[in-house]
Amino acid sequence: MSAAIEFRDVSFATREGRPILDSISLALEEGSVTAVLGRSGCGKTTLLRTVNRMIEATQGEVLVRGESVASTDLIALRRSMGYVIQETGLFPHFTVERNVGLVLEAQGRPRDERQARSRELLHSVGLAPDAFSRRYPHQLSGGQRQRVGLGRALAADPPILLMDEPFGALDPLTRAEMQDMLQGLLARLRKTVLLVTHDLDEALYLADRIALLHEGRLVAHVPPEEFVRSAHPKVRAYIGAFHRGERSREAQR
Amino acid sequence: MTRFLAQYGSQIATLTMEHLWLTSAAMLFAAAIAIPAGIALTRSPGWARPVIGVANVLQTIPSLAMFGFLLPLPWFGERAARIAIVALTAYALLPILRNTYAGIRGIDPAVLEVARALGLTGRQRLFKVELPLAASFILAGLRTATVTCVGIATIAAAVGAGGLGELIFRGVASVDNRLVLAGAIPAALLALAADGILGILEKLTTVKR
Repeated sequence: MSAAIEFRDVSFATREGRPILDSISLALEEGSVTAVLGRSGCGKTTLLRTVNRMIEATQGEVLVRGESVASTDLIALRRSMGYVIQETGLFPHFTVERNVGLVLEAQGRPRDERQARSRELLHSVGLAPDAFSRRYPHQLSGGQRQRVGLGRALAADPPILLMDEPFGALDPLTRAEMQDMLQGLLARLRKTVLLVTHDLDEALYLADRIALLHEGRLVAHVPPEEFVRSAHPKVRAYIGAFHRGERSREAQR
Repeated sequence: MTRFLAQYGSQIATLTMEHLWLTSAAMLFAAAIAIPAGIALTRSPGWARPVIGVANVLQTIPSLAMFGFLLPLPWFGERAARIAIVALTAYALLPILRNTYAGIRGIDPAVLEVARALGLTGRQRLFKVELPLAASFILAGLRTATVTCVGIATIAAAVGAGGLGELIFRGVASVDNRLVLAGAIPAALLALAADGILGILEKLTTVKR
């Protein structure tokens, strides 16, 4: 069986020749959640963006269900994957309902179908359709916006979800709620998810596999249980950066 | 006063209509040129400085000189209204061009990125996202341009293009302040009306964020 997403020796360098990704090879199984960890600037967002060709890999190739993305029609490729980012990028001039239904609108689907689908999705991301359909993004809280963003990404029922720090800007409680909601949704919908985050806890909680990038190189790609036990110095350093407060308090006791 | 109005009333009305026609024709041409040009500049921002620079220079030409320059040109010179419309169009370009460019460039990059990533085509992004989000800016440019042009159009009478400037010029020539006011007041009212109406449209299209 071919992987849902496969990176084959993917490299990317900026036009000035600065390397961002250095021969990354990585396969994501159908229906799995893969978290990509790493410090800011390590290339995780770039890696995610090579999948929907927001960035074109300078070397190697990215395959989606066995087909090279470079030879897939760009619009069709992008419509086959949901995209969620930290800033949400909700369209400020559209109601929540129209935001959620926009991909279907772009596909020229009829209005009542879009409305019905939008209500269904709002419901599944935990927003009461009657209360939220007619609102505009500026009338929503950060968490609610992120829910709408997720609903919009799911509108065309894409097999793949690309999520770039989706909950990075939220407070810990809201973030935890969102993680639970996402987990529930994924259990039902079975999507292949590429989740970029720098929150170790989020990766451990949601992912089936964790990939760690360091300066554009892949240093680990393992299940969460193995990740926490790994002896790799980069992995140890990354894990060591979390729960520092707790550990220092425990040491004092 | 009533006698004056009885004598000049119909003339004031005709000239006001003429004024309105000159200005609206120029605004239509200017919008038809400057809005697409502004959009094109957002696609290749390297051109923005030189192109906006040219529009800027056009705007600094004194209006009387501009009408004078156009007078000897073959096709334009034949009809005074043509001269007036071309000159007014030239003046209206800059505010519309600049605001269209700035309005689209000012859109939150995250919104544009998502529009691309969700698979909207270039045309869909333009009509569903970029133009609606830049609409209030573009209208603000149209508003500035319109108010300026209503004023400048009074000078078009100098080349015989008609409009309310005719009354003003005649008033100045015959030292009759009533005639000057008969041209100036309707022109000022036209400018205020255009400003008000376009201001309302601008407010209606402003997107809260």
